[in-house]
Amino acid sequence: MDAPVTSRAGVLADTPLVKVDGVSRTYHKGGGNDLLVLQDVSLQLRANEIVSLLGRSGSGKSTLLRIIAGLMPPTRGTVEIDGEKVDGPAAQIAMVFQSFALFPWLTVLQNVEIGLEAQGIAPDERKTRALAAIDLIGLDGFETAYPKELSGGMRQRVGLARALVVHPKVLLMDEPFSALDVLTAETLRTDLLDLWAEKRMPISSILMVTHNIEEAVLMSDRILVFSSNPGRVAAEIRVDLPQPRNRLSPHFRQLVDNIYARMTARQIGRREGNFPGTGIAMVLPDISTNELSGLIEAIAAAPYHGKADLPLIAGTLQMEVDELFPIAETLQLLGFAEVAEGDIRLTDPGMRFANAEVDERKKRFGQLLVANVPLAAHIKRVLDERPTHRALVSRFRDELEDFMSEEFADQTLRGVIQWARYGEVFAYDEDAGVLSLDNPT
Amino acid sequence: MDIRAVAGAMRLSPLGIGRHGLVPNIYDVVVFILIAGVFVLIAHGAREMHGSLKGLDVATITLDARNLPEYALRTTLRMFAAIVASLMFTFVVATLAAKSRKAELVIIPALDILQSVPVLGFLTFTVTFFLGLFPGNVLGAECAAIFAIFTAQAWNMAFSFYQSLRTIPSDLDECSRHFRLSPWLRFWRLEVPFAAPGLIWNTMMSMSGGWFFVVASEAITVGDTTVTLPGIGSWIALAIAREDLGAVALAVATMGLVILGYDQFVFRPIIAWADKFKFEQTAAQERPQSWVYDLIRRTKVLRRLTAPLARLADQLSTVRLPMPKRPRKPMPEWLDRASNLAWLGLVLIATAYALWVIIEYVHSTLGLHEILTAIGLGLLTLTRVVILIALASAVWVPIGVWIGLRPWAAERVQPIAQFLAAFPANVLFPIAVVVIVQLALNPNIWLSPLMVLGTQWYILFNVIAGASAFPTDLREAATLYRLRSPQWWRKVILPGILPYYVTGALTATGGSWNASIVAEVASWGQIKLQAAGIGAYIAEATDAGDYHRVVLGIAVMSIFVITTNRILWRPLYRIAEERYRLN
Repeated sequence: MDAPVTSRAGVLADTPLVKVDGVSRTYHKGGGNDLLVLQDVSLQLRANEIVSLLGRSGSGKSTLLRIIAGLMPPTRGTVEIDGEKVDGPAAQIAMVFQSFALFPWLTVLQNVEIGLEAQGIAPDERKTRALAAIDLIGLDGFETAYPKELSGGMRQRVGLARALVVHPKVLLMDEPFSALDVLTAETLRTDLLDLWAEKRMPISSILMVTHNIEEAVLMSDRILVFSSNPGRVAAEIRVDLPQPRNRLSPHFRQLVDNIYARMTARQIGRREGNFPGTGIAMVLPDISTNELSGLIEAIAAAPYHGKADLPLIAGTLQMEVDELFPIAETLQLLGFAEVAEGDIRLTDPGMRFANAEVDERKKRFGQLLVANVPLAAHIKRVLDERPTHRALVSRFRDELEDFMSEEFADQTLRGVIQWARYGEVFAYDEDAGVLSLDNPT
Repeated sequence: MDIRAVAGAMRLSPLGIGRHGLVPNIYDVVVFILIAGVFVLIAHGAREMHGSLKGLDVATITLDARNLPEYALRTTLRMFAAIVASLMFTFVVATLAAKSRKAELVIIPALDILQSVPVLGFLTFTVTFFLGLFPGNVLGAECAAIFAIFTAQAWNMAFSFYQSLRTIPSDLDECSRHFRLSPWLRFWRLEVPFAAPGLIWNTMMSMSGGWFFVVASEAITVGDTTVTLPGIGSWIALAIAREDLGAVALAVATMGLVILGYDQFVFRPIIAWADKFKFEQTAAQERPQSWVYDLIRRTKVLRRLTAPLARLADQLSTVRLPMPKRPRKPMPEWLDRASNLAWLGLVLIATAYALWVIIEYVHSTLGLHEILTAIGLGLLTLTRVVILIALASAVWVPIGVWIGLRPWAAERVQPIAQFLAAFPANVLFPIAVVVIVQLALNPNIWLSPLMVLGTQWYILFNVIAGASAFPTDLREAATLYRLRSPQWWRKVILPGILPYYVTGALTATGGSWNASIVAEVASWGQIKLQAAGIGAYIAEATDAGDYHRVVLGIAVMSIFVITTNRILWRPLYRIAEERYRLN
């Protein structure tokens, strides 16, 4: 493998390796209402640093990574790598995928070689370089194995070797550890940080997308916190803790708490602001009522008694931010809880719900659903007005598709139908695709 | 927006039926007219070329057992040639359809319609057409036979490949773009491997049709000329003419051996090898076995023989073609729209021309009365197909379930059922005809079972597969709650095997329509049996060299097949897939 030092020395300290300037990205939809995914994002990546893009799903951070990788064009703005404008996959960049993206029919060695093969490098050199990368990343002895024979951690190592072997200047990582179990992910992070500290990887800097706050604090020199709907850089946080970092040190904890607070900072005056769209056009998450009542019960019970610190309760419930936030925010939307400054607090209806019996719970849930979710109220009104009290679900799907993509319309309807069934607000016959006020008793 | 990798669920659907859009759209109609127009033009051209049939130097077939191995070899080689041709067609046409929206609009409905057209009835034209290409040469007849097999395979292979190309997992797609694989390298490293399991499965499913066609196309009579190619099909034709039952039996045995050899030496090794292309993230418990494949892998000499092949393939796939470095800038919107309109206009003009050709052609000789007769005969054949598939289901579903639920039985019976499905039933027809003649049975009734003779096995082996895959916990639950027999069939096992049954019945029905062309008319020496039906209508018109009636018969049958597919099988398949697919 080439001496990594030379490739780093080539870049002056103050020239940004990657320069993102005013990038926006919208998705076109049939109805003419474009969805703004990224809004005016600017950032710079310099040599010798690890930068994390931290945000929740839907904050456009993966989209930004793909724009930098040249896999999709920005709607507005520019990306420059090494002073060159990006308009397609660039040679200076290599990416590690969340799902590993290994070719199942190629062996480990062949998978690692694929990037070199595309460059037209001779078979012998290809093999030498690939073996060196496999060696570096700790995959010795697995050269002839197929991906399906490997564990998740080993597969992601193949992904890393495949990225490093093309000697990129910048390594892009898209949630590289989120598909791994906790232990495996930690080992891989540590190994990666060791290689980085010892400067054994032929790369100048790393740009990583993550939704895991601790992971970002553990690994990065800088964290860019993304807000959602549309995705924007909400804050830049410099992490000056020395490596290796200790998750239990007070500084580390404080930093994590701070970021939690930033990510839950309430958008003033907008209860529904956490979901894209307003009124019936709001994109709702498909969260099961079991999860909703489960979180309410957990907050109501000891030791929280109605008010909990989000990082803490996420830890107790063994959940990740990405899983916890939508549930917490759905509770907020329904009026069962308030989320602010990294805390979640049950409202009066929330406390009453926690103490109620099944039938009582369903009734309260139904009332709050109609009162607080415009789409549920809208469907109920339509059903009330019709003499038959029945309506085709496709009618509402069409209505939603004027505002959102098919996929989101489906998700929104699934969510609202599920909640309405639990609250016994209206019923749904999937075979016929009919919503009705019938109560099958 | 988080762009999540979509797990590419491997779909092995028959006849490309799994795709969206059940309702025929305007393109189906347009393309149907286009295809019919092309057929009419070919028929017209074939008539002009009819003269080339005369003076053809054909090899004489003798019923000498020593010649049989050579005949078998010739038949098998035709099969290979057809598979190669089908693969080429698949790679080019399906790739075109997947990459170009304009091509897709025409190609996909065309494939859909072509796989429902009984191309067997068209043998007459293709034979004369190819003979016209190679006047006075037997090569023309060879090409026609190969083309007949090709038509039995190419469409659903292309369909399967197209579907795979459209469902390539987004992370692998991104990965290959990210590492800047050239289109050529991407084709061999990503697209072909990903499509391989579906492609191989579809090739296998159309094998039966392939053998059936090769046998039917070796001895073709057009008007007063008979073209015979050395092969098992011609052997059988001669044996029928000479009323030589022993020769027929010999042919049946040879055919059995050929199919067995084909299965063991070609398909099993390919399936065992292709197992690595399955898109799965965990290693499966059971892997397809093939002793030939194991032999190749374990024997040094054989491996050394295959190694250069592998190396060649490797070098071929990494050949760097001169390609534009940067991705092309997208066309300006107005130009894009204008070119779409121009394309649409072109297709519509071609369709209008085709419609005019058809009307002219049919109008010149055939009246409304003739069309009504053909439709009536079509209804008769439809009735036969429906009744026979129902009967075959009533017999094979219970037996298949019984076998499928007993692993030891399934293990033994499944290969036999698959073998029987691949066996060309037309080889057996003479035996059945002898029986009908001897017992003086009514041909209108007793010729009918021949239509499902070869196709019923699809129902059996699919039901066996379904019952074997039925989850044990559900069976145990049914036993625990002591479900009684009728309830058990209705609530447990029939819904459980439905997706498999529909696949089998659908394939069987398609095959039966095609078989009707050779099954509704049968002969033994001088005796000729005939049942009333659209198949017999086409066969008779072919014998008489009456191109107009052949075209009419085929068009009517195609409409019947397409309509039943659209209003019965597709919705059923969709329901079965969405509601009753376990796991």
